[in-house]
Amino acid sequence: MLLLALDTATPAVTVALHDGTDVIASSSQVDARRHGELLLPAVDRVLAEAGLKLDAVTAVVVGTGPGPYTGLRVGLMTADTFGLALGVPVHGLCTLDGLAYAADIEKVPFVVATDARRKEVYWATYADSRTRLTGPAVDRPADIAEQVAGLPAVGAGALLYPDTFPVAREPEHVSAAALAALAAERLAAGEELPEPRPLYLRRPDAQVPKNYKVVTPK
Amino acid sequence: MADEPLVLGIETSCDETGVGVVRGTTLLADAIASSVDEHARFGGVVPEVASRAHLEAMVPTIDRALKEAGVSARDLDGIAVTAGPGLAGALLVGVSAAKAYAYALGKPLYGVNHLASHICVDQLEHGALPEPTMALLVSGGHSSLLLSTDITSDVRPMGATIDDAAGEAFDKIARVLNLGFPGGPVIDRYAKEGDPSAIAFPRGLTGPRDPAYDFSFSGLKTAVARWIEAKRAAGEEVPVRDVAASFQEAVVDVLTRKAVRACKDEGVDHLMIGGGVAANSRLRVLAQERCEAAGIRLRVPRPKLCTDNGAMVAALGAEMVARGRSASDWDLSADSSLPVTDTHVPGREHSHDHVHEVSKDNLYS
Ligand SMILES: [Zn+2]
Repeated sequence: MLLLALDTATPAVTVALHDGTDVIASSSQVDARRHGELLLPAVDRVLAEAGLKLDAVTAVVVGTGPGPYTGLRVGLMTADTFGLALGVPVHGLCTLDGLAYAADIEKVPFVVATDARRKEVYWATYADSRTRLTGPAVDRPADIAEQVAGLPAVGAGALLYPDTFPVAREPEHVSAAALAALAAERLAAGEELPEPRPLYLRRPDAQVPKNYKVVTPK
Repeated sequence: MADEPLVLGIETSCDETGVGVVRGTTLLADAIASSVDEHARFGGVVPEVASRAHLEAMVPTIDRALKEAGVSARDLDGIAVTAGPGLAGALLVGVSAAKAYAYALGKPLYGVNHLASHICVDQLEHGALPEPTMALLVSGGHSSLLLSTDITSDVRPMGATIDDAAGEAFDKIARVLNLGFPGGPVIDRYAKEGDPSAIAFPRGLTGPRDPAYDFSFSGLKTAVARWIEAKRAAGEEVPVRDVAASFQEAVVDVLTRKAVRACKDEGVDHLMIGGGVAANSRLRVLAQERCEAAGIRLRVPRPKLCTDNGAMVAALGAEMVARGRSASDWDLSADSSLPVTDTHVPGREHSHDHVHEVSKDNLYS
């Protein structure tokens, strides 16, 4: 088994290869504006580091967000197309689950929060590093302060809003290595992974013009 | 001819997810998934709605195009994709798909210019483009007059709109008339039953001191809207058919007059018209009349090839392969304002770059 994991739902462009036992190669670059440019070269580099070619990959796992849409879609589209070209399955995993898995937290429950921009966070709560309790959701930090009071928190969204998350810590961004390890563990346990569908959580921004109605029959 | 380049092209610059397959100048497949209905209630293309739809539609559309063409992905000689200009987020979905597909198949990737693709598509209809060719591109996103001596390397802007695109003006007037979105087809339909000389609407930028090849449709749009509002304010019925015909006449009169003049001035005896507005029936008739009178040969592809599609991207990609143009790098990015003069986005090393050499045997070695 060779699992290729990708995530572009946070400022990190992150890629990893997992052989079913261990992560054998990985790459993470933080650049929120260049997901499109960085992802394919990162895949090429990780494969070269492992001395493998893409056709050795037996499944693809991709972070489904939530995360800023433009970047998020780069990973999803890339994973989907690899699946088509290689004829291998493509699985999704919630990006926040990958962060939770990588979080080294002894006190539970805890919170994972990433930056949703517009002064909001994407967040979820976890009973332990493998078990999501609530979410994912998108909210203003002040609006969820009561719900998360006293809970430790990880992720850039938590680090960004210390008033709401006074006990925030690393990791800041998700790593594909964590995503791959979590996926490998779940697949080995015979679990079915989610579809590789984006978790947008918000409706698209669009203003319907006033005084406008379609009267022409189609 | 079997030895002509077999290329798959991907287009996502606006609201159409297009995947086409061509062999040289022969069209093999033109698969389209459109999100236009999702935009209709907003009265214009909503970028985020378009990007979401591209992601959903891409893989099924690639599948459909290959089936329609009856070819196998491993036989392709290259993957072409619109690198720009267009909506940034929408472009990025197509570029991501094209890169992943080319990389996985071990094929060269060609990031190409959307406008040059609109011109090149005519090769699928009327054979090799004459060199030089004058091109009038008119759609909801662009109104340009371009001169090309080699579609893979030399496209020169002669003129462009200084405000609204021609297709945008159609959308706005349709909205004022409560005719829905998109405006082009419905205005065309109403105009057929109206009198094009009923109302004398202004012809933008046609004065003696105005730039010869630039366009302006914003003044016309305002004039038409004011005329309609005045009628409504006076409690009179708006003669929709006459307004549509007179407005449409003002647009196509200026477009064809300037295009023919550019051909004459530059000594070019071929004019091609592309873009969604090229589907307008009155534009086709008037362009034909004026070209004939001026001894110019007019080339207009069928409407489905005039609107955004993947076949046009594949057509330009095939020409890139045929002329030995260098492939793009794996870090190709979408460029929402890619200049029209950049016909494609070649790799940094102008010869065949090493990443492609290494990866060529990725899959089917
Ligand atoms: Zn176009």
